[in-house]
Amino acid sequence: MAPIVLTACEPAVLDPQGVIGKAEKMLLIDSLAIMLAIVVPTIAATFVFAWWFRASNTKARYLPDWAYSGRIELIVWSVPLLVIMLLGGVTWIASHELDPAKPLASNTPPLEVQVVSLDWKWLFIYPNQGVASVNQLVVPAGAPIHFSLTSASVMNAFFIPQLGSMIYTMNGMTTQLNLQADAPGTFRGLSSHFSGDGFSDMHFDVLALPAERFAAWVEAARSTGPTLDPDTYAALARQSTTARPFTFRAVAPGLFPQIVTQKLPPGPGPRTGRPHPSVSPRTEE
Amino acid sequence: MLGKLSWEAIPFDEPIPLVAAGVVGLVLIGVFAWVTLKGWLPYLWREWITSVDHKRIGIMYILLAMVMLLRGFSDAIMMRSQQALAFGSPGYLPPEHYDQIFSAHGTIMIFFVAMPFVIGLMNLVVPLQLGVRDVAFPTLNSVGFWLTATGALLVNISLVVGEFARTGWLPYPPLSELTYSPGVGVDYYLWSLVISGVGTLLAGINLLTTVLKLHAPGMTYTRMPMFCWTTLASNLLIVAAFPILTATLIMLLLDRYLGFHFFTNEAGGNMMMFVNLIWAWGHPEVYILILPAFGVFSEVVSTFSGKPLFGYRSMVAATMAICILSFTVWLHHFFTMGAGADVNAIFGILSMVIAVPTGVKIFNWLFTMYGGRVVYATPLLWSIGFIVTFVIGGMTGVLLAVPPVDFVLHNSLFLVAHFHNVIIGGVLFGAFAGYTYWFPKAFGFRLHEGLGKASFWCWISGFYVAFMPLYVLGLMGMTRRMQHYDVAAWHPWLLIAAGGAAIILIGIILQIAQFVVSIRRREELRDETGDPWNGRSLEWATPSPPPAFNFAVLPNIKGEEAYWGMKQRALQQARLSEEPAYAEIEMPRNSPTGFICAFFATIMGFALIWHIWWLVGLAALGAYATFVVFAWRDKDEYIIPAETVARIDRANRSARGAALARLQAAP
Repeated sequence: MAPIVLTACEPAVLDPQGVIGKAEKMLLIDSLAIMLAIVVPTIAATFVFAWWFRASNTKARYLPDWAYSGRIELIVWSVPLLVIMLLGGVTWIASHELDPAKPLASNTPPLEVQVVSLDWKWLFIYPNQGVASVNQLVVPAGAPIHFSLTSASVMNAFFIPQLGSMIYTMNGMTTQLNLQADAPGTFRGLSSHFSGDGFSDMHFDVLALPAERFAAWVEAARSTGPTLDPDTYAALARQSTTARPFTFRAVAPGLFPQIVTQKLPPGPGPRTGRPHPSVSPRTEE
Repeated sequence: MLGKLSWEAIPFDEPIPLVAAGVVGLVLIGVFAWVTLKGWLPYLWREWITSVDHKRIGIMYILLAMVMLLRGFSDAIMMRSQQALAFGSPGYLPPEHYDQIFSAHGTIMIFFVAMPFVIGLMNLVVPLQLGVRDVAFPTLNSVGFWLTATGALLVNISLVVGEFARTGWLPYPPLSELTYSPGVGVDYYLWSLVISGVGTLLAGINLLTTVLKLHAPGMTYTRMPMFCWTTLASNLLIVAAFPILTATLIMLLLDRYLGFHFFTNEAGGNMMMFVNLIWAWGHPEVYILILPAFGVFSEVVSTFSGKPLFGYRSMVAATMAICILSFTVWLHHFFTMGAGADVNAIFGILSMVIAVPTGVKIFNWLFTMYGGRVVYATPLLWSIGFIVTFVIGGMTGVLLAVPPVDFVLHNSLFLVAHFHNVIIGGVLFGAFAGYTYWFPKAFGFRLHEGLGKASFWCWISGFYVAFMPLYVLGLMGMTRRMQHYDVAAWHPWLLIAAGGAAIILIGIILQIAQFVVSIRRREELRDETGDPWNGRSLEWATPSPPPAFNFAVLPNIKGEEAYWGMKQRALQQARLSEEPAYAEIEMPRNSPTGFICAFFATIMGFALIWHIWWLVGLAALGAYATFVVFAWRDKDEYIIPAETVARIDRANRSARGAALARLQAAP
C-alpha cells in the first residue's frame, strides 16, 4: 500500500477547480445563507425565551392560559413557507443548470471518457484516442469532459470533489456526467459509494494538463503497456486493489458497449480467501 | 444435518467478537443464575415475560432499546477509534471486520434502539393518555415485542456464529447478492429484519387501532394530547411503510435463496428497483421515529413551562402534513443516480416543503415557553438541547435536499453528520426526555436529577465534538465507510471526533449510574401523588405505577388537557370529585403466546440462515401450533373484583386529597 499524499485537497468541496464545482460551491453557500437568516434567530430565540421565562425570574410575565394567537400562527406558517419558496425556486433553476447530463457550454469540443468501476479500481477508456488508463485520469485543462459511466460489478459512485458532481455507476447501465477542470492541477478522485472490502483503496489521481501536454501523454500511452481486450479486461475485473496506475496502449473497439450490454460478463465476485461456505471470503492483498 | 453450519463458522481467529460475546455471555449467565437463585424466575415468567399489560410491554421495549444501545455504541466506539488510527495504516480492524461493524451499527441503532424506544414509550403512555385500560390487541402486542427481540437476538448471534452483513445498514444490491456476498452475513441481516419487521407491523396495527378506536368518554380527537396525535401519525406510517420493507427484503431473499432475479446484474434484475423500494420505506421510517419524539417534546415543554401547548391545532395539522409528505420524498436519497433535472428538482422541493410544518412545530414549542414558568428539569434540558440541535440538523438536511449541493456531499461524512444530527438530536434526545419524564409513572420513583443533568451535558457536548468535525470532513471530500485513508488533513478532525465519542461514553456511564443510584435511593425519590411534574394529561391521574387496569372508572373528558381540567375543578371546589361507584373490571389474561412464537421464530430464523431445512419445518410447525392453541383458548379474561378496584382507587384518591390540601394550605 503506497500512501499517496496529496496537498491540494484540504477543503476540497470549498476549493473547487472547475466550472461545475464552483457553481455548486456558490449554491451551497447561497442556500446556507438563506437558511441561516431564519435558523440563527430561531436558536437565539430559544435561548432567550428559555432563559427569560425561567421559573425563578419574577420580572417575566406569566400567561398560564395563553395558547393561541392567530397573528403568531400566521407568522410561524408563512415565514418557513416563504423561505422554502425562495429556496425551492433556487433549487428548480440550479437543478436544471447543473444537471450532470447537461453538456457544458464551451468552444472546445468535449473529451469523451468512458469510466468503468471495477472491484476495486477505476478504468478510464479514451475511445477517440484509443488508449485506456487504470486508477489515473488524465484530462486536458480548460476543456469540457463528457463521461459515460458504468460498473463492471457492484454499484460505485464516481466523484472528484474539486471538480464537482458525483454520479453512480451501475452494471448494465450508463450514466452521464459533464465536468471541467479550469486550470492544470492534480486532484483526488474516489468512489463515494461503498462497494466491498477494497473500497477504501478505490481512489485515483486526476491530472489536468495543458492541451499540448495532454496530447503528449496520449502519445506516450500509445507506446507502452498492454492492450485492453476481452481477455485483459476479464483479468482486470477480478477482485483486487491496484496501488500503481498504469495505461493500455490500445483498446479493443466497442469494449465499453460490450461491458454495458453484458456481452462481457459482470465481475465474478470473491474468489480467494477463507475456504468456507458460510463466511464471505476475505480478499487478500 | 446442520446445513452450512460447522465449527468453522465460529471466528476463533478474531479476538474482538469472541471476547465481546464471551463477556456478554458471562453477564447473561450471571444474571440468569442470580434470578434463578433468588427464586424470581416464576415471577418474571408470570408478570413480565407472559404479560400482555401495555405498560410492562412498553417497559420491556425500552429495556431492549437500552441494552442494544450499548451494543450499537460499542460499534460506534470501534468505528471512531479505527478511523482515528487508520491514517496511512490499516488500523486494528481489517476491512472484513470493519465492514460488519458499520453495518451492524446502523442496523442496530435504527431497528433495535430507536424503534423499540419510541414504540415502548407509545405503548407505555398512549392508553393512559387516552384514558383507557388497555391497547386494542394485548396479546398481539406481546407477540410484536417478542418478535422484535428475536431480530435483536439473531443480529447478536451473528457476532459469534458466522458473520454479519458487510454491505452497510441498507444492503444495496448487487453487492448484497449471492455473487458478491456469498456468506451468511446478509442472510442474518435479512431474516432478523423480516422477523422483527413483522413484529413492528403488529405493534403498529395495535397502536393505530388503539388511537383510532379506544377513547375514554368525551376524549374526542381534538382533545387528545399531542403525543397521541404523533402516535397516530407514526403508526399510520408504520402500517403503510413496513410492508414495503418486508416485501423488499423478501425479494432479496428470493434472489439469494431461490435464484430469482429481482435485483441481480443478470437476467433482467434491476438494483435501482431495490434502491427505490428500500427508500420508499426508509424515508417514512425516519418520520416514524421522529414524530413520537416530537410528541414527547410537546408534552415536556408544555408541562415544564406550566402552560398548554401553543397552537394545538396547528401542531396537529403540522403532524399530519409531515405524515403525508414523508411518502413523497424518497428519491432525495439518490439524486446522484442520474434521474434527470425535473425529477431531482421536484423531489428536492418536496423534501424542503417538509421543513415548513417542522418549522411550525419548532416555533410553537418556543411560544409554549413564552409566557411560561420554565422549570429546568432534566426532560426540559433534553428538549432545549433538541430544539437547538435539531434546527441545525434540519438546516443541513434542507441543504442536502438541493440536488446540485447533494451532488458534492452525498455519501460523504457531511451526510453522516446530518443524519446523526437529527437522529441523535431528535429521536434519541426525545427518547431520553420521555424516559426521564415517564420513569416515575412507570416505576413509582423519579430518576436522580443531578446525574441526569450531568449525563445530558456530556451527551450534548460529546455530540457536538463528535459530529461537527464530520461536517468539515464531508466538505473536505471524505466519504463514509472508509476503513483507512491517506489524506493527512483528515486525520486531526477524526481524532477530535473520537474524543467526542469518548465524551458521549461518559454520558452513557452517567446514565447507568443514574439508573442504579435512583433504584438505591428510590424511597427519597418516591412519587407519592402519581403527579410528580404537575402534569396536564391523563396519565398523571393514575397512581405511580398505575394498577393493571389503569383507571378504576373511565374518566369523563370535558376538554383539552383532561387532567389539568380535573385539577382546576378540584382546586375551585376545594375538594375531589365524588367517589365513583366501583364495579368489577375484566382484564385480558397473560399469555405465553408471544414468547413461544418468538422462541420458534428465533429457531426458524437461525435454521433459515444456515440452511437447516428440517429445523425450519419443525420451528414453523411449532409457531403455527402455538397460534392454534392460542386461537382455541376458552378463557381470555380475568375479573378484578370491585373491592380490589375500590381499595386501589381509594389509596390514589387519598394521595390526591393530601396533595390538594397541601396546595390549599400554601399561600
